[in-house]
Amino acid sequence: MAKAKTNTEDYLRMYRQMVRIRTFEDNANQLYLSAKMPGLTHMYSGEEAVAVGICEALTDDDRITSTHRGHGHCVAKGAEFKEMFCELLGKAEGYCRGKGGSMHIADQSHGNLGANAIVGGSMGIATGSALRAKLMGKDDVTVCFFGDGATAQGLMYEVMNMAALWNLPVIYACENNGYSEYTKTEEIAAGSITARAEAFGIEAHTVDGQDVLAVNELTQKLVARARKGEGPFFMELMTYRYHGHHVGDINREYYRSKDEEKDWKDNRDPIIRFRAFLVSEGIATEAEIEAMNAEIEKNATEAVAYAEQAPYPPANEVDMHVYAD
Amino acid sequence: MREITLSQAVNEALAEEMRRDPSVFILGEDVAEAGTPFKVLSGLVEEFGTDRVIDTPISEPGFVGMAVGAAMTGARPVVDLMFGDFIYLVMDQLCNQAAKQHYMSGGKLTVPMVLRTNLGATRRSAAQHSQSLQALVAHIPGLKVALPSSAYEAKGLMKTAIRDNNPVVIFEDKLMYQDKAPVPEEEYLIPFGEAHTKREGSDITLIATSSMVQVAEKAAEMLAGDGIDAEVIDPRTIVPLDEATLLDSVKKTSRAIVIDEGHQSYGVTAEIASRLNEKAFYHLDAPVLRMGAMDVPVPFSPALEDLTVPTPEGVVENARKLCAGEMIHAA
Repeated sequence: MAKAKTNTEDYLRMYRQMVRIRTFEDNANQLYLSAKMPGLTHMYSGEEAVAVGICEALTDDDRITSTHRGHGHCVAKGAEFKEMFCELLGKAEGYCRGKGGSMHIADQSHGNLGANAIVGGSMGIATGSALRAKLMGKDDVTVCFFGDGATAQGLMYEVMNMAALWNLPVIYACENNGYSEYTKTEEIAAGSITARAEAFGIEAHTVDGQDVLAVNELTQKLVARARKGEGPFFMELMTYRYHGHHVGDINREYYRSKDEEKDWKDNRDPIIRFRAFLVSEGIATEAEIEAMNAEIEKNATEAVAYAEQAPYPPANEVDMHVYAD
Repeated sequence: MREITLSQAVNEALAEEMRRDPSVFILGEDVAEAGTPFKVLSGLVEEFGTDRVIDTPISEPGFVGMAVGAAMTGARPVVDLMFGDFIYLVMDQLCNQAAKQHYMSGGKLTVPMVLRTNLGATRRSAAQHSQSLQALVAHIPGLKVALPSSAYEAKGLMKTAIRDNNPVVIFEDKLMYQDKAPVPEEEYLIPFGEAHTKREGSDITLIATSSMVQVAEKAAEMLAGDGIDAEVIDPRTIVPLDEATLLDSVKKTSRAIVIDEGHQSYGVTAEIASRLNEKAFYHLDAPVLRMGAMDVPVPFSPALEDLTVPTPEGVVENARKLCAGEMIHAA
C-alpha cells in the first residue's frame, strides 16, 4: 500500500511529477506543431494535479484506465519520457512498439491498462479489473479516469450499477474540465455529475482538481476504504484543459473565451500554486525548484532527440500482435 | 460411446475448465440459478457458487466490458450473451476494446475471454432473435470465431476457447441444444484452425458451418442417390480458417458450394468462395457457389421464415446443376 504523502520527499516528488507532465506536453505540442509527430494528440496541460494527486496514492499493483488525453496519467503512473516520446513518434522502442501512439499510450508495467480513444470506452475495463480483484482475492484498486464528456455515455451507468451491487474496488475519477470536446458540458449534461453516481448509492466527492494535496488526501482515504471492500467511489475533480480538445483546436473562441483561459492559467495553475506552497513552507527554495525544472526540461529534450533518431518498427511487425500465442 | 446433447457438452466443458483453472468464471444474464433460458448452464452455480457463476443486470455492454477488463488483468471470463443478436449492443466493447488491446499495446496486454452466444433462424423468434452474425465478428482482426456443428465440437472447441489467450466468440445454434452426438468421457480439445472432413467424396465439396453441416450432410445423402459423390467439410473455426483442407478438397473435386446461415451478402460464404477462386481457380470446373440466409430481416411467420435459410433440397439443386455443367456461364 502506498504510504501517506505527508513529508518533504513526497511533496517534492509530486511537484516533480506535475512538472514532468507539463514538460512532456510542451514538448509533444512542439513536435506536433513542427509536423514531426504523426496523427493527433490531446494535451493534458492544466490537469496535472489530478493525475499526480491520484496516482501518487496508488501502488504499481493498483490499476488505472486512461483516456484519449492520456499522457498525464501515463507519466503519473510511472512511465519514462524516452519510451513515451518514441511511442508518440511511432518508433519501435515506444511503450506499444509504435502501434498505439498518443491515444493508446500505456506503460503496463506500472499498472496502466491503457489510454482509450473511445470516450468512456474504458469504464467496463476498469470495473472488470476491480471485479477480477474481488473474485481472485486481491487487494488492488482500479481507478477509472474519464472526462465530464464521457458521463453522457451509457456504459458508465451500466458498470456503476454493477460496481455498487457488488462493492467493487473501483474509483471513478471524473476529470471535469468543463468541456465535452468542443462544447460546454453545462449545455449538454442535465443535473449534477455527482448525483448520477449517488443515484446508484455510490459515495461521491467533489474536489478542487487544481490542488494536488487535496486530490491526494481524498484519494488516499478512498483507496484505503476501497481495499477494505467499502467501494466503489466517485470523484469529480474540477479542473481545466489549457489547450483545445486536441492540438489542432486552435481557434476556439466560438466556445471558450481567452479571458477564461487566462484566468485559469494565471490564478489557478496547479504547478504555480504548489510551487508557492513548497517555497512558503520552506520545503524547497526557488533556486532548487528552478534546478529541478531545468533538469526535467533537459531530460525531455534528450528523450525527444533520442526518439527522433530512433528507428521505426520493422515491416515484419505490422501483422505481429494481432493474436496472442 | 455415450451420447449427450450439445447443451450438456457445453456444460461439461465449462465445468471441467472451471475445476481445472480457478481463474475461469462465468458472467451474464440469468446464468446462475436460471442456467440461461436454454438451460445450458444448469447446475454450474450449485458446484461453483455465485462468485464464479455471476448473474448480471441486463447490461450487455457493461458486462462484456467488464469481462475485457477482468481478462486483461489475469482472469479468464466466459461471458454469456443470451442471443447472438445482442452482439450489436456490445460492438464497441468486443471490437474496439477486446479485439485491439493486444495489438495496440504492442503485444503487452492479452484478453483471454470467451463470449459464448448463439445463431440461427427457424425458431420463430423473429428478426431480433434469429440472426447469424458470425461474419460481423469474423471481420474484425483480433477476434477468433468458432462455430460448433455438434455436441462433440461444442465441447472440444469450448475447452480450447477458454485456454486461448485471445478473445474468442463461440456461436452455438439455438436449434441444436438438444441434439445428441457421441462425446468421449475422457478429456479432449479441438484445435482451432483445423477443419473436419465429415464425409469424403470426389465430385463436389460442400463446405458448411454450424447447423448447415447437417443440411450439407442430408444433401450429400440425397446426391448419392443420383450418383453424385459429395464431400462435406466443416471448418469448425472461421477465424482461424483451415484454408489448406478446403483447397485440397476443391482441387480433388473441382466444384464447391459454401453454406453458412449468415446473410449471403458480404458474408462468410463470400469470403471462403473468394479464397477458393483466388487460390484454386485452375482446379475449378465451375464457379464456387454461395448459399447463405436471404438478405432480409428474418421474418416471424413460419411460412416465410423457412424460405430464408439454406435447405438440403436447395443445396441438392445447386449441386446437380454444378455437376451437370449448367452453371458455368450462369450469368
